[in-house]
Order: sequence, then structure tokens, then C-alpha cells
Amino acid sequence: MKIIIVGDGKVGATLVEHLSLEGHDIIVIDKNQKVIEQMVNSYDVMGVCGNGASYEVQLEAGVSDAQLFVAATSSDELNILSCLMAKKAGAEHTIARVRNPDYLKQVPFFKDELGLSMIVNPELDAANEIAKVLRFPNAINIETFYRGLVDLAEVKIDANNPLCDMQLTDIFDKFNVRILVCAVQRKDEVIIPHGDFILKAGDRIHITAPRGVLVNFMKKLKIYKHRTKDIMITGGGKMGYYLARQLCETGGYNVKIIENDMKRCEHLCEILPDADIIFGDGTDRAVLLEQGLEGQDAFVALTTIDEENIISAMYANSLGISKTVAKVNRVSYQVLESIGMDSAFSSKAIAANRIIAFVRALENSGEESSVQTLYKLVGGQVEALEFNINADFSEIGVPLKDIKLKEDTLIACIIRNHKVIYPGGNDCIEKDDSLVVVTKRNHISSINEIFE
Amino acid sequence: MNYKMVSKTVGRLLQAEALLLLLPMAVSIYFKENLLYVYGIVIALVLLAGSLLTLPKPKKRTIYAREGFAIVSLSWILMSFFGALPFVFSGAIPSFVDAFFETVSGFTTTGASILNSIETLPKSILFWRSFTHWIGGMGVIVFVLAILPQKDMQSMHILRAEVPGPTVGKLVSKTTVTARILYIIYGVLTVAEIIALLCCEMPLYDSVTTAFATAGTGGFSVKNASIAAYNNLGAEVVISLFMLLFGINFNLFYLLLIKQFKRVFKSEELWTYLAVIGVSVLLIIFNIYPMVETLGTALRQAGFQVISIITTTGFVTADFGQWPAMSQMVLVVLMFLGACAGSTGGGLKVGRMIILVKAAFRELRRAINPNRVKAIKLDGAVIEKDVVITTSTYFVIYMFIIGISALILTIDNFDFTTTVTAVVTCINNVGPGLAAVGPVENFADFSNFSKLVLSANMLIGRLEIFPIIILFMRSTWKKTS
Repeated sequence: MKIIIVGDGKVGATLVEHLSLEGHDIIVIDKNQKVIEQMVNSYDVMGVCGNGASYEVQLEAGVSDAQLFVAATSSDELNILSCLMAKKAGAEHTIARVRNPDYLKQVPFFKDELGLSMIVNPELDAANEIAKVLRFPNAINIETFYRGLVDLAEVKIDANNPLCDMQLTDIFDKFNVRILVCAVQRKDEVIIPHGDFILKAGDRIHITAPRGVLVNFMKKLKIYKHRTKDIMITGGGKMGYYLARQLCETGGYNVKIIENDMKRCEHLCEILPDADIIFGDGTDRAVLLEQGLEGQDAFVALTTIDEENIISAMYANSLGISKTVAKVNRVSYQVLESIGMDSAFSSKAIAANRIIAFVRALENSGEESSVQTLYKLVGGQVEALEFNINADFSEIGVPLKDIKLKEDTLIACIIRNHKVIYPGGNDCIEKDDSLVVVTKRNHISSINEIFE
Repeated sequence: MNYKMVSKTVGRLLQAEALLLLLPMAVSIYFKENLLYVYGIVIALVLLAGSLLTLPKPKKRTIYAREGFAIVSLSWILMSFFGALPFVFSGAIPSFVDAFFETVSGFTTTGASILNSIETLPKSILFWRSFTHWIGGMGVIVFVLAILPQKDMQSMHILRAEVPGPTVGKLVSKTTVTARILYIIYGVLTVAEIIALLCCEMPLYDSVTTAFATAGTGGFSVKNASIAAYNNLGAEVVISLFMLLFGINFNLFYLLLIKQFKRVFKSEELWTYLAVIGVSVLLIIFNIYPMVETLGTALRQAGFQVISIITTTGFVTADFGQWPAMSQMVLVVLMFLGACAGSTGGGLKVGRMIILVKAAFRELRRAINPNRVKAIKLDGAVIEKDVVITTSTYFVIYMFIIGISALILTIDNFDFTTTVTAVVTCINNVGPGLAAVGPVENFADFSNFSKLVLSANMLIGRLEIFPIIILFMRSTWKKTS
């Protein structure tokens, strides 16, 4: 696949590193000749020196027959502009990195009206990842798919778990929560279960549901013992804002942000009415203790300086706070692991990973198939495929309970107007929906293949 | 220095050489020469050496610039060593040093020979001699990159060390594909020349060997009197044309293929190259006209000789050793200048010369107005400061090496012209010099020691100095992994 990457910062470099090893044709555009040279020396890629939003430079990079165009410079506007031009010049898909919260609301507009395939917001993505860590106990493994909108939680069922020996259709009656069991791992085998499936001790189930419901379900299973309630965040930058906003929207958290810029504090007060904003130096031990660090359930260090984040997270750890997270952009993970830090997040690495997932999905979809995206889940044994529904689809308006699906296949969710719906038996598929299908079968290329 | 990775890669290249040796072997079978055992032994030896070198399993596969340089220089030296063996074992060139000189001259596409009587040698041996030009022209490593998919190798360091010119650009994003495109262009042009020569009624064997020597801009001929032996005007025109083409940056051919004509016509290097050829031909015609009497002969001789020398091929149709001093001087200047960067030709390269001249003019202007800021541009784009500095340094080291080598060569006590032009012709990979190494003479009379010095010069010229020089620097060999 021919991929053009504009801006060779951290995101660009991570992309180049992974995608070039997967055998794609990669052309890097950057203004800095030195950076280009470094890239061309280290990886099997071609470099073009110049402004990525310049038509001439894009043509030189061969944009007209590129399958993917990624704009990941530090400037949002430049990224959007270069993507628009690349799209017009013939690039099949375009991805822009857009970070400014002001543009967040118009992401659907970017996609629907301007034709961009994907908007990557590293700070928002990282905030989502951190929120996920805070939401679930360490024991539960979470996979995310469908553009980061759908969570798949893995839960192990032991002998004294209430789910043991229970039929799937009884779960709703007993717990009064609607969850979907997508896959069950029994020993080495993976099963896509029907409603009459009975869970046994030793099974690992993979379930999906809206976020709040998932948490609720975990609570009822009593595997959600230490609920995280009080969260302290140092650094009120973009990532801190996104994280706090998400936690406040979910509800049930006491969020405290420590920020050392008065102006920013005032602004945060305005946009985050539910959070406590503290003016102070988040790296100062006295300030942290005064703000009650010892009584917190979680500590998240998101200042701009990696080293300070690592040190304050380690300090919080030493005080016995079970969940500490540090934002780290430059230091490599191997180094951090060797000093015992495991909850470190790099917004740029997360953004790069999302784009890589997109490329893989694109690659798997192929030309003839109508598969929009493809994710491999449960160690690669199960595929989650996304299909677009157009007007001539035969089952439009038919309730799901009346649709017969093939063995080892189920409909996980419906995406309607950028919202995820976890359907019940009475929901219908409508025109212009996207359907996420979980299946064990390989090589499904059309939606009709999943029906009996 | 990542020794294991260097060893492994060099081993791979030797295995590729074994593969290439099958071709002269086939030729010897075709001509029923009874030399099968010679090639058999050599191929076995090369394979054995190559396999032994690939034995160590590298723990880390990362290589940096220094490993790239070391791989290129070591593999060229070892390939020349093994490539000399067929000459020695077949008895064609009994002395090993002579055979080594001849092989280095072949691989580096110099075309300087120590053979007094060429036509008496077995045909397959002469075929191998010409074939080394073809292999060396585009580079063995580029060849290996083209046929072997190597995902995890930072091959750019190697490509940069082997492809001539001040800066190396990729045609497409993958090194392997770039190498493949280069070899396809190279191969197609070679085949085109063979066909054209056949149309001029040159025998097949002569056409193929001559085309190999032209493609690599080498200059070995299977005749004692070089191209003059055929006395075939059509063939001379064909050879001139193809020498001219092989002296052009191959990237331009690719740009033509993808229909980017504008960028081709914008190439300053191409126009300078053609202009220099035009002016030189006119100068020499004017100069030798009284000697040869007809304008047609003057044009024929001057045209062929100028193209042959500037592309550093070194084919001969006229003994320019007998020409007036001015014509000889023009030819010596052309030897320094060389062909375009990214072509198969040698010399300093036209592109590098343009940068040097522009930099020199800038410094002159700065002497008058010290605060003046001016960027050096080539093809409309600003040349990085580093490139200008590297190019100037390259020129200085290059002149130093010529001086030192000429000084060493004086122990053989030849006259001044012979000594200097021998070094100049070797380092620029041309072939013939003047006086005792002139177009109708050869290098047989030099001592063994001098032949080795000249061999080193040829390698330094072909690999553009740095890869060979860094072999002699201690920091290169420091163990890092």
C-alpha cells in the first residue's frame, strides 16, 4: 500500500517504523532536511523535503495514486489543509491529526462533509486509554475496537463466580443488565456462543456493552471491588482536560486538577464545572500532600515534563496509591519497565497505534469486499468486521430476532449517526447503518455471507 | 562495528559472484574450450568463502554508515581477489598481481590493461573480462539488493556507498524496487546496444562484449587495437551514442519513463555535460584538423574520443597520444570531470564540479562583499551547506591521493607524463593515459608494487574515496556490538 506521511515528529516516526516493516511503500514529507535524511537512513522509505500542504510537494511525493495520506504535523490547520488537498489530488484515504479541543465537535463534519477518513487526536485518545485504566480493575483486560468506540472486556470465570454454569439468556434476568457475550475461550478453543450456551468454570468470556453498563455488570459480579473514586490529576493541559471531562461525564468521580498557570486554571473552571481546579505546582510534594494525595484512589501525572511525571508517579506509588499513571512522551518504555513503571502512556504512541490499526483494517478490506474495517480480537482468533448497509440490503426493517445468522457469527453492534447501539432482539437494521459483526469465519467479504 | 552483519553481507555478495561466474562458464562450454575445471574450482572456492562468511549469526541486525562503507569496500576487494582467479588458473595471466590489476580494472570499469596480446586469450576468459565491467558498472550490491528482498536491512547506507555522486536519491520508496528499476534500465539499454551493434554487422560475441564494456563505461575490448580494429563507422556512432547515454544520471531515464519530462529538461547537470562535450569536440576538431586533413575524419575521431574519455569508458579509435598538446590537455581535463552523478561513469562527476565551481564563485564574491549571503542552487533547489562542505572535502582528499600516488609511482622512474596520467586515468576509471600508458600502450611495464597502488587508486575512484579510506581508520574497527 502506498502511504504518504507528512510531518516526521513522534507520531510520524512511530508510523514509519511500524509500517515500513510491514512492507508498505512509504513516502515521508517534512520541512527539515536533516529529519528526512535520518529517516531514509534508518528505514526503507523515500523522503521528500518541503511543505506538506504544498500542491507541488504532494505531487512530487506521488499523492495521486496514494492509498493513504496521513498529516501528523504539529499544526492542526496545516494537517486539515493538506488532507483536503490530498483528497482532491487523488489520495484514497486521508487521516489528519487534530488536537485543538475547539475542533472536537466538528469531527463528524470533517468526516462527512470534508471527506477525511479519520481524525486522530492523540491527547483525546490517550485520555480515553487512561480513563479505561481508571474505570476497570487491573485484573480485567480490555481490548478496544471499532475506532476506539467499542470495548471488549475479558473476564475469567472461576468456580465461585455467579456466572458459572449459567445459560447466557439467563444473565439478563439475573443481573438485570444487557450485555453481549461475543466470544468464549474454553481451553484452546474459541466459541462464538448462542443464547443457549452454558458457561463453565475456567472459561474466559469476552463481553461488550456500553461503558456504564459494563462497569455496572462488573460491580454485580463482585470483581469490581476497589472502586476508584477520588482522582488527582497534575497538569491541566489538553490531555488533562479531556480526561477530566470524560470522568465527569461518566459521573461518580471526584476529580481534582492541579495546574500551575492561573489563566489556564480560570479557563478550566469555565469548561469543567464539575472538577476541582487547584492553582499550584503539581510537582511540589507539599502541595500534593496538602491537597490530600494520600487519600486519593488514583494519581495521574500529565505535566509537560516526562521526568517530573515519572518521579511524581513513583512518589504517589510509594504512598500506597494503587493506581498511578504517568504521561511519558520521549523516554522509551523499556527503560521505564526496568525501573518498575508500568502505567506510562505516550499520547503519540497511542495515536500512531490507531493509525496503524486503520492501515491494517484497510489492507484487509480489499477492493471487492464491502468490509470497511477489520479488527482481530481475542489473540487474532476472532474477527470484528464492519459493513456499510446500503438501500438494497434485503433485511432492512426486519427485527434482529427474526434474522438467521450463520454459525459462529453474531452482530455485536450497530453504528447509527456515529453513535454505537448495542441492539436487542427487537432492534432493526436501517439504511446507512454500519454493522459490526463478530465472527470466527475467515474471508468474509460481503454482508450477505453472514446470513443463512 | 557490527562484525557479524558485515561478514554476513559480504558472504552473500560473494555467493552472488559465484552465480555470475556461471555465465563465462557457459561461454567456455559453448566455445568448447576445455576450461570447465577452471571455472568449477573458482566457483567452488567463492561459494566456500561466501558460505564461511555467512556462518556467524548476527545478534543485532542494525547497521550504520560505517558498516555500510566497510561492507562495500571489503566486498569489492574480495570480489576482485576471487574474480582474478580464472585468469590465473587458466594460465591467461600467470602472475596473480597482474590478474588482480586486470580484475580491479574490470570491476571498477577502468579498462586499463596489462595484456600485450589480447586476441590470443580464450574467448570465455575475455568474456569474463568484459562481463566484470557490466557487473561493476551498476554495482554488485545494487544487483544483490535488486534480486534479494531484504526487509530489515538499512540498505540505504550500502546503496549510498556504492552509487556514485554527491547525493543519492531513491526513485521509489523501497530500496529493493529502486535497485530493480536501475537494473532494468541498465539491462534494457545494454540489450538495445547489442542489437544495434549486430545491425552494424559486428559479430555477436564482439557485440556482446563491447556492449558490456560500454554499459559499465569500462573500455575493455576483445581486440588489441580496441574499437579502431573494426574500422566500422556505424558501430562507432552506435557506441558513441550509448557511451553518452550510460554517462547520464539513471534517475533521468526513470523520470522519462514516468513522463516527468519537465524535470529532465531542468537538469543542470545534463545540460552542462552535453555543453562540455560539444565545446571539447569543437576545440579538438579545430586542433587536429591540420593533422587528419579531412573535416569528416576530424569529427569522427574527436567526437568518439571526447565521449569515450568524458564518460570514462576509454575505448580508442585514434591514437590521441599523437595529437597536439592542446587536444591532449582537453582530454586530461575531461578525465577529471567524468560523467554525470548516478551514471555508470567515473571521474569527479559533472554534478560535483558544478557545486565546486558555484561554491568557488560564491567565495570570490564574498571576498569583495563579506556580508553577502547567497545560497548555492542546483536544478532550482538550494544545496545543503553540508553537501557543499563534503564536496569540497572530497575534492581536497581526491587531489591529495593523486599527488601521493604519483609520488609513490616515481620509484618506477617513468617520465612525468606517464606517471601522472597513469594515476589520473586509474583514479578516474578511464583506462588509457598518455605517453607510456597511452591509448596504444598498456600498464604491463609497471612493477608489481605500482600495479597494486594503481589497483587501490581504481577502487578509491570507483567507490568515491570514503569507503576505502575508512578501512584504514582505527575508530572504524572499534567493537560496538
